[in-house]
Amino acid sequence: MSSASSTTAGTPAAQRPTAIAVENIVKRYGDFEAVKGVSFAVAEGEIFGLLGPNGAGKSTLIRMMTTLIPVTAGKAMVGGYDVSKDPDEVRRAIGVIPQALTSDQDLSVEENLSIYAKLYSVPREQRKKNIEAVLEAVDLTKWRDAQTKTLSGGMRRRLEIARGLVHNPRIFFLDEPTTGLDPVSRIAVWEMLNKLKSTRNLTMLLTTHYMDEADKLCDRIAIVDHGTLVAMGTPAELKKSVPGANVVEVHFDREDEAWQERLNKMEGVTAVHPEGSGFYRVITRSGSKTTMEIVELAASLGETLTSLSVQNTTLDDVFIHYTGRQLRDEQVKPVFSLPPRPGAQP
Amino acid sequence: MNRMMAIVEREMRKFFRSPMLMIMSLMMPILQLIIIGNAFGGKIVGTHVAVVDYDHGPEAVKVREAFDGVAANIKTFTTTNYSDEVQAREDVRTGKIDAAVIIPAQYSRRVYTDDAPKLGFVVDNSDLFTSSALEAEMQSLVDAMNAPQIEDRLAKTIALEIVELYPYVNYLKYLLPMTVALAMYISVMIGGGMLYIDDKARGVHEGYLVTPITKFELVFGLNIAGAIKAVLSGVCLTVIGSLIAGLGIVFHPVVMLQMLCLIVAGSIAFNGMMFLLMVRVDDPLVPRAMFGILNVLLLYPSGAMYPTSSFPKWMQAIGVIDPFTYVIHGFKAVMLKNGGWVAIEYDLGFLMVFGITTLLVATPLFKRTL
Repeated sequence: MSSASSTTAGTPAAQRPTAIAVENIVKRYGDFEAVKGVSFAVAEGEIFGLLGPNGAGKSTLIRMMTTLIPVTAGKAMVGGYDVSKDPDEVRRAIGVIPQALTSDQDLSVEENLSIYAKLYSVPREQRKKNIEAVLEAVDLTKWRDAQTKTLSGGMRRRLEIARGLVHNPRIFFLDEPTTGLDPVSRIAVWEMLNKLKSTRNLTMLLTTHYMDEADKLCDRIAIVDHGTLVAMGTPAELKKSVPGANVVEVHFDREDEAWQERLNKMEGVTAVHPEGSGFYRVITRSGSKTTMEIVELAASLGETLTSLSVQNTTLDDVFIHYTGRQLRDEQVKPVFSLPPRPGAQP
Repeated sequence: MNRMMAIVEREMRKFFRSPMLMIMSLMMPILQLIIIGNAFGGKIVGTHVAVVDYDHGPEAVKVREAFDGVAANIKTFTTTNYSDEVQAREDVRTGKIDAAVIIPAQYSRRVYTDDAPKLGFVVDNSDLFTSSALEAEMQSLVDAMNAPQIEDRLAKTIALEIVELYPYVNYLKYLLPMTVALAMYISVMIGGGMLYIDDKARGVHEGYLVTPITKFELVFGLNIAGAIKAVLSGVCLTVIGSLIAGLGIVFHPVVMLQMLCLIVAGSIAFNGMMFLLMVRVDDPLVPRAMFGILNVLLLYPSGAMYPTSSFPKWMQAIGVIDPFTYVIHGFKAVMLKNGGWVAIEYDLGFLMVFGITTLLVATPLFKRTL
């Protein structure tokens, strides 16, 4: 996906009505502020990604928009309804795929869909048609009578997607839809979501901590960290916003603290990120020139290079640029730590 | 309504797809009925009593003949001759024998001269059941020996004539009401407690909460399903337990209807209580930890096994608000006494009021958000 696909039926995103509008939304748990005044808008038919590491606040954001947790302050309009004032109207307008696989394992695929259609009060005849249609859309028609526990992880995720669509929602929320899936299943889910977007004109808001997923699926991305929105734009815009057009990945045979300083001094280099064990990611305006300089530097010092490669800027680099760190799980401080072993090195 | 029924449908489909769950909620009470019923209901036989005879006179022979009669007929105990009282006492203490009878020297002479004859009985009173049975048996033997040889034509002593209203109630029958109530409780504990919290932890409720289902529909859907499961358990146990215990009265249509009403009312009460206890719980370990404690806290003060009149006041107070008390009282009134509607109307009323009240209290406590 690129910015080119941010138009649906030929209408630019900016000219389409707003499906989701979030203004200065805040979520507090006691003294802890999980979401700190985030604002953004999603146009109808757009796929909007919330990108961020675990604990960044993206699930809290999606839960507020889907009426699962109350909003502390600010306003969120979904499908034209205020999530705080008209939660039932919001619920009718949206489909939600939670992070966990929550379909009933003891029920069949069709029974799972039927029960959710009933929870949305879909009339009997319409229910049958909708179930047929969503089964077809997620390619589970031949598995309709199979017990959910017999399905693979990818198929279960497709069932969750079908379940979220069984009442024909206008807006679709997906909380980390490919977490725990193998690469083949992930790609299948991406293709399915792209197909659904074009055939059903769905507005989608998804959270992910996979950069490639956001890059391939989303028309626009908002990067969230520590409860704040640190950057927003199309994947191309975000990549452009990072100084330097290329990333040079270099792996020196020997670790030396002086490497970072030497690399930083090179012409055109805007940032150097040490990755450990002599591995560095160098953001530069000219990949070829920096590559040459690194080779010359290594030769002059008699050092060996294990590997050297040039890439275009990725969303990983965008994230590092805006948050100052790579995507990773939030570290949890231990409640207590063992005292140091006598004689151990600090 | 349609949404509420969708919750009921989902719960019931899950229930019928989990045969292990159904078997477990039925098997445990049945096993309890069979094991406790037989353990408590049997008579004590085959114990060993030592006889130390220092007299060897005609009255001592009479005593020994009476013991032989017990050994040959009722078989409560058999006797072994000991020559030493100290050894007999030591063997009772070490558990080699269950009791010892000491026939002292000059026993026959004292009987003939009406000089306060005595028989010694050494018993291991750390085993309440065996010692009580032996004491009772021994007392009846002594009473028989004290009876005059020639009785007056008109009895001068006051006699108590006991009229038993109902046929003999063995322990299996006596415990059946408790067993049915226990089956309903286990069903509610598993279905309404453990699975409810497990579903919450697995995110199933999150799936419900993003739909337009109302709090009322969700609470009542979950509780109707829970009550149906408990009713099914109660009905199954009533039928199976009655067949095991030989309680044919349960199959009379009116009694069947009365039992069904009690089972429905009891299921609603149990379910309401459990939902109230679990409505704010998120940790799946909590219902598992509570299972045993609640079982003891609710079952014993109800008078299921022992009469409540023997309990201390605080336990009797628990019994007053304990739905088990009314379920078991109702079941006993119907199954053991065929007491009719009059005997169970208060139980039915209490259980319905209790069930509805707990649900009404739990509904506002139920969080429509995470």
